Amino acid sequence: MITIAFDVSLDQGGFRLELADEAQVEVMGLFGPSGSGKTSLLEVIAGLRRPSRGRVVVGDETLVDTGQRLDRPPHQRRVGYVPQDGALFPHLDVRRNVIYGASRSDSHLQSPGSRLDHITATLDIAQLMGRHVRELSGGERQRVAIARALMSSPRILLLDEPLTGVDRNRRERILPYLLRIRRDLHVPLVYVTHDARELAEIADRVLRLEDGRLVAAGSAPSVLGPQSA
Amino acid sequence: MEQATLGIAVFTTVMGVLATLLALPAGIAAAWVLARRTFPGKAVAETLLAMPLVLPPVATGFLLLQLLGRNSFVGRAFDSLGVPIVFTWKAVVIAMAVMSFPLIVLTVRAGLEQVDRRYEQVAATLGAGPWRVFLTITLPLAARSVVAAAILGFARALGEFGATIVIAGGIPGQTQTLAVAIFNLTEAGRDAEANRLLLVSLALAFAAMLVANVVQRRRPIA
Repeated sequence: MITIAFDVSLDQGGFRLELADEAQVEVMGLFGPSGSGKTSLLEVIAGLRRPSRGRVVVGDETLVDTGQRLDRPPHQRRVGYVPQDGALFPHLDVRRNVIYGASRSDSHLQSPGSRLDHITATLDIAQLMGRHVRELSGGERQRVAIARALMSSPRILLLDEPLTGVDRNRRERILPYLLRIRRDLHVPLVYVTHDARELAEIADRVLRLEDGRLVAAGSAPSVLGPQSA
Repeated sequence: MEQATLGIAVFTTVMGVLATLLALPAGIAAAWVLARRTFPGKAVAETLLAMPLVLPPVATGFLLLQLLGRNSFVGRAFDSLGVPIVFTWKAVVIAMAVMSFPLIVLTVRAGLEQVDRRYEQVAATLGAGPWRVFLTITLPLAARSVVAAAILGFARALGEFGATIVIAGGIPGQTQTLAVAIFNLTEAGRDAEANRLLLVSLALAFAAMLVANVVQRRRPIA
């Protein structure tokens, strides 16, 4: 469980985001149509976008507070961020991607029981470690990107889910892995998806966004309606 | 190859390499600032950086002479240290570096602008500070344009004439580069010797441009 509190506004080219929430969560889901501000909110939490006003608190640390002129740079936030396509570094192989943000002691150990071993097993990517990122499928890319974020020991993981899940097979689905992360690694998640059923399965709090505003917040059934169950 | 011809070719090549080594780090830094930062007066800075491309090289040389010559503050300072600049090989390197610099900046900047900012952003969220992001993400992803910039800058340096002759003169055996030597020989009517140097120039320029083209045409990393 971690406390996520934010109250931010953001202006970007005619689009205005005004969002506020505070809750203790294990998995928070962001739900809403494209352009509703989900990705922007993730970027504000990760420090990639500066809010025009407001503050973000994760756990017991204030990441940004415009009133206090406080703005931690992204590399000091310990906020893991996985963008839609994973953004794997194209000049590094899978292994070097995964250990990019790892501490020195974590990075060269793939012995049984090591952090690297644990994370690659959880995400089922141990067999991909020697591959080039060009050779990976969409689902593999995303799992490698998640492993890379987890190896940097984030206090929270932000995950932007692409809208490609129409006929993905089971191995390409990301949800089972997220359930494992919640169960085995205990890293709190903020998860963006268009799939209400997925959220009902994993999220203990769901925020519904429309046009840069929060229109509903609460448990998955209360926000998404009974059709999600 | 005749001894004198070989000497001039080697001298010019070594000066070109030194000039490139001098101009490349500064050029990369300037390119990064122009590609990644906005600041007041950026348009003026961009224009000033490009000036050596359009200014007559002789005028650039004259400007350098004013800045570094024996009557200038910088020139006197170096003279008092016992390290004169003008009319020495150091002036050759400086003239070449100044003339290559804008070409290097333009080429590296184009490469940096091709690098997807998201890789840099994600690296930062993984805990990498600005230097680590630059050295491990930005620079490797722009590596081809950096190599191309170095070669183009080197090729430009080899051909440098106008600025060199003003601040370094063309002292045989001391500051005489290929371009200057060809000029001196044709002036003196020694066409056979000039022709030999012309062939050397052609070979060096062709090799450099060929390598630059091959590097730039290889399959992109991303």
